[in-house]
Amino acid sequence: MDFGFLTQPAFSGGGTYLDWVYSGIKWTLLVSICAWVIAFTLGSILGVMRTTKVWWLNLPATAYVELFRNIPLLVQMFIWYFVVPEIVPKALGTWMKQGMPMPEFWSAVLALGFYTASRVAEQVRSGIQSIPRGQTHAALATGLTMPQVYRHLLLPMGYRIVIPPLTSEFLTIFKNSSVALTIGVLELTAQARTISEYTFRTFEIFTLATVVYVLITMAVVVMMQLLERRVRVPGYIGTGK
Amino acid sequence: MFTGFDFDVIQRTLPYLWQGMLTTLWLTLLAMVGGIVLGTLLALMRLSSIKAISVPAGIYVNLLRATPLILVIFWFYFLVPIAIKHISGDSYAQGIGPFHSALIAFTLFEAAYYCEIIRAGIQSVPAGQVHAGYALGLTYPQATRLVVLPQAFRNMVPILLTQGIILFQDTSLVYVVGLTDFMGAASKVAQRDGRLVEMYLFAAVIYFILCFLASYVVKRLQLRITPPR
Repeated sequence: MDFGFLTQPAFSGGGTYLDWVYSGIKWTLLVSICAWVIAFTLGSILGVMRTTKVWWLNLPATAYVELFRNIPLLVQMFIWYFVVPEIVPKALGTWMKQGMPMPEFWSAVLALGFYTASRVAEQVRSGIQSIPRGQTHAALATGLTMPQVYRHLLLPMGYRIVIPPLTSEFLTIFKNSSVALTIGVLELTAQARTISEYTFRTFEIFTLATVVYVLITMAVVVMMQLLERRVRVPGYIGTGK
Repeated sequence: MFTGFDFDVIQRTLPYLWQGMLTTLWLTLLAMVGGIVLGTLLALMRLSSIKAISVPAGIYVNLLRATPLILVIFWFYFLVPIAIKHISGDSYAQGIGPFHSALIAFTLFEAAYYCEIIRAGIQSVPAGQVHAGYALGLTYPQATRLVVLPQAFRNMVPILLTQGIILFQDTSLVYVVGLTDFMGAASKVAQRDGRLVEMYLFAAVIYFILCFLASYVVKRLQLRITPPR
């Protein structure tokens, strides 16, 4: 294996191949983190809606989760990029096709964000539902209203419980961001493929890309473990070890 | 909202789309069977008390689980022809085509995910069961085959099937190596006839119906399998 080619100027200009790798990493991180903001916010709201017994909150959230979970991410990516501009009102569609900056990037962020939101919602719901019902009853008996029960009991406990499954969703979003290459976002996997086509150093560049993904995974796992340790409740979950 | 769209294109290309769907279903089925077999072996390796066996299996599983599926598909699209040339010793050996390289990629990739499911399933079998097996004079392979795995798989069937549904959705990614699965067929028609909206919405509807029904069946199965507590 010889990684010397990375510092050579790239075939089609625009810096060295290493610069391409950096740019790929940058887009992978940007797409993933922007999508995570949507996924976490929307997923939390939907997850809480699914735990309520109010049908007009529960039903739309359930429909959302079923819809977005049962369509492959690639198809959703194409729909955001190719279909949405055609079926929204004409003026908006024209703007999306011609005026909007970085249409591939925003389509990818929306697709990945809304897709992952359905998965986050399921984790948040199961986290809240895993809190023994007696605690909710006790809180209600002390005179709290249902919104207060969510505010002071269910959400603080629920989020602590779901940190491990949310970590794996957060890891998945970095991996799934590679699907954005199908609509032309030059993230890490796309750059690796392009560089391999220009240099035929396929083995080296794929190895490098794989190592970067492993490093991202490790960084996220360490970060989430620190978070988990900070917020854990003494005498409760996560203190058994 | 859909004035000016041509949904007839779906009817005209239905046989082609069906061919694509058959490819998708074959790929899903074969990769699922291969993934479960290999995943079971990996799970047994990971649970081994011998470090030389458990550590490599652990590295394999964690490495594949940290890598995006598309990159794994690219890896095997690139590696499989090299491996074939190497094994056959014939530097002009023909590749085996995108279907087989995708099948190998999916099998090896899914094996890592199935391994973790099966490992959890095996660990959910009470240790007393194994001890009882040993007490009856069973050897390790016998206890594993006759006592542990049947119980583990019984508990795992719903999760294994759910992973199969995820796999079914993930096979759409073979699009990146130009394989004509259902999504590949839909997108080829979409681009050839300039009918992107119609074809991608149709693909979404079909995937949704199939996955929704399959998840419903799995949910029913889970209720039947879960032992009453």
